[in-house]
Amino acid sequence: MDLALYGELAVNGALSGLMYSLVAMGIVLIYKSSAVPNLAQGAMTMLSAYVVLAITSRFGAPMWVAIPLAMGTMFFVGMGIERVALRRLAGRPIVMILMMTLGLDIFIRATSMAIWGGTTRPMSIGISAEPLFLGPLLLNRASLVGAVVAIALFVIFELFFRTRMGIVLRAIADDYTASWSVGISVDRGVALSWAMSSAVATTAGVLWGSVQGVDQSLSLLLLKGVTVAVLGGLDSIGGAILAGVLLGIFEAVASGYLDPLVGGGSRDLVVAAALILTILIRPHGLFGRHDIERI
Amino acid sequence: MLFRQAGIFHTDYAAARALFPVTADRWMIIILLLLALTAPLTMSSLALSTNMLPWLVWTSAALGLNLILGWAGQFHFGYAAIMGIGAYTAVHGARNGIPWEIAVVLGGLMATVIGIVFAFAALRVKGLYLALSTLALQFVMDWVISHVPAISGGIQAMLQAPALRLLGQVVASDAGLYYVALGWCLMVTVLMLNLRRTALGRALVAVREKDFAAAVIGVHSLYYKLVAFATSSFIGGVSGAILIFTFYHAATPEQFEVNVSIQLLAMVIVGGLGSIIGSYFGAAFILLMPSLLNSLIAWLAHHMGASLGVEALAHIPYAVYGALIIIFLLVEPMGLGKMYNNLRNYLLVWPFGYARK
Repeated sequence: MDLALYGELAVNGALSGLMYSLVAMGIVLIYKSSAVPNLAQGAMTMLSAYVVLAITSRFGAPMWVAIPLAMGTMFFVGMGIERVALRRLAGRPIVMILMMTLGLDIFIRATSMAIWGGTTRPMSIGISAEPLFLGPLLLNRASLVGAVVAIALFVIFELFFRTRMGIVLRAIADDYTASWSVGISVDRGVALSWAMSSAVATTAGVLWGSVQGVDQSLSLLLLKGVTVAVLGGLDSIGGAILAGVLLGIFEAVASGYLDPLVGGGSRDLVVAAALILTILIRPHGLFGRHDIERI
Repeated sequence: MLFRQAGIFHTDYAAARALFPVTADRWMIIILLLLALTAPLTMSSLALSTNMLPWLVWTSAALGLNLILGWAGQFHFGYAAIMGIGAYTAVHGARNGIPWEIAVVLGGLMATVIGIVFAFAALRVKGLYLALSTLALQFVMDWVISHVPAISGGIQAMLQAPALRLLGQVVASDAGLYYVALGWCLMVTVLMLNLRRTALGRALVAVREKDFAAAVIGVHSLYYKLVAFATSSFIGGVSGAILIFTFYHAATPEQFEVNVSIQLLAMVIVGGLGSIIGSYFGAAFILLMPSLLNSLIAWLAHHMGASLGVEALAHIPYAVYGALIIIFLLVEPMGLGKMYNNLRNYLLVWPFGYARK
């Protein structure tokens, strides 16, 4: 087959895979501190895109003002979700926690649909749609920006986890009973990780919104985000970045190969298969901690 | 009515282990059964076919999911896919001339076989990872059902179900279809009620509580997990088939999508994990709530003069549905079944509250 075509698919896949990492990073941040698998991350991504649009259309703010404002709003939304819904569930069976995040997912999705309606809205953040030529390869500018943002966020988080607050979060992630006993406020740490994860969701929402428009389908990024998070190891941010690249390449190449054979729409299948294979072969992911209980 | 435990003394083991040791409960069950049997006479045919029938079928599906989730403690986020496999197998079977009863059982068996594939994920991992892998399998099943023309009849196709023939007789009236659903629901309920009293049920509960502790006392946890997956898949497959034959009358892939799985989970959680009467409550709650809410909103909009857009009206029931799941988990995590139980325990000895066990 055509090698250049697959090369192009792979490179663009890697770039959009890095954009999946943005969603996965939010999941990882929350899982790391509180062991809650946040299945509402897709809905939060969608909500944040709507918040950005609402700020620009209501107050006429330019994009570069609206995005930080939306990040700030989502910061407190995330904190609120943790305070109201998740804190009281600490220590409950995991099925309740999963159901809670699914309930949040339904609630956030339906509420934003009820407020803003279901029509797809464009979101332009000033990235031209023209492809970028890199030798023989055509690159998607929006994905390129997304990939750069993802890597920048990774660097920011690496630096953040060296600060005092970051060390507190790492301590909570390591062993929260022990951190409790040395006087770390675990509740505040968990709330902070929810808040940061919601702020990360804003970047994902803006970037994906600029690629595919803002509508309910943004919340479907959840499956890809979860797959990337599991593949990278649920508690490793670096893993989320690498797994994003891997999944992006795998998805693009495999669906590029499968789509002509089965008549399209095989992307979700490829992602679901990647998730199943990861769980069956290496449930703790590439860089996750090994304390998964095997049976 | 009052002090209903009065005069109940168990003098032998059989009496102590009866399904309903309290006389008042027995009377309640008899009255409920009579009401259920006479429902076609007392209820309008619309209420019968749009409320009662789907409620009974979804209840049996919720009971099946409760078996795996509430009893055996294994996550199953792909139960709708299992129902879909049963439904499609049964419809294809019936279309190809297999008698209806056998086609439905075949659907159940097919669902069992595929359900055991789901179970292989359970043999490797548990907890969150099991939930995610069954969720992923749900996506795979969705894709397979909608993209393989031999199963669904092509993308966005409807597969018409042939008429329901029970023992050669065509059952087409609302009452007849209702009795089929009622019969299946009662069968599942009796199975689940008795499961509590059998070695199998106790083994499943032991596996749920701690699988290696179960292994220590001689319960083969892998075996019982497989049994749980197989049994609940069979119930799900047959329920899916009956849902198509009695309610939808045509199968489409959207009827068994991932949000249906989540809806079933919501039924089980709202009803109460491991609670049989809770499954009835949960299914009724999740099924009837949207339409009740719609009429409530319409009534409010009419009387308060508030004007809401069409889209807002369409999405508010879902928002409330999500909010209710959240509220239930916060207020009463064991669901409606637990609430009923609390009330029952209170009334059982009222007014002698100190006599409670």
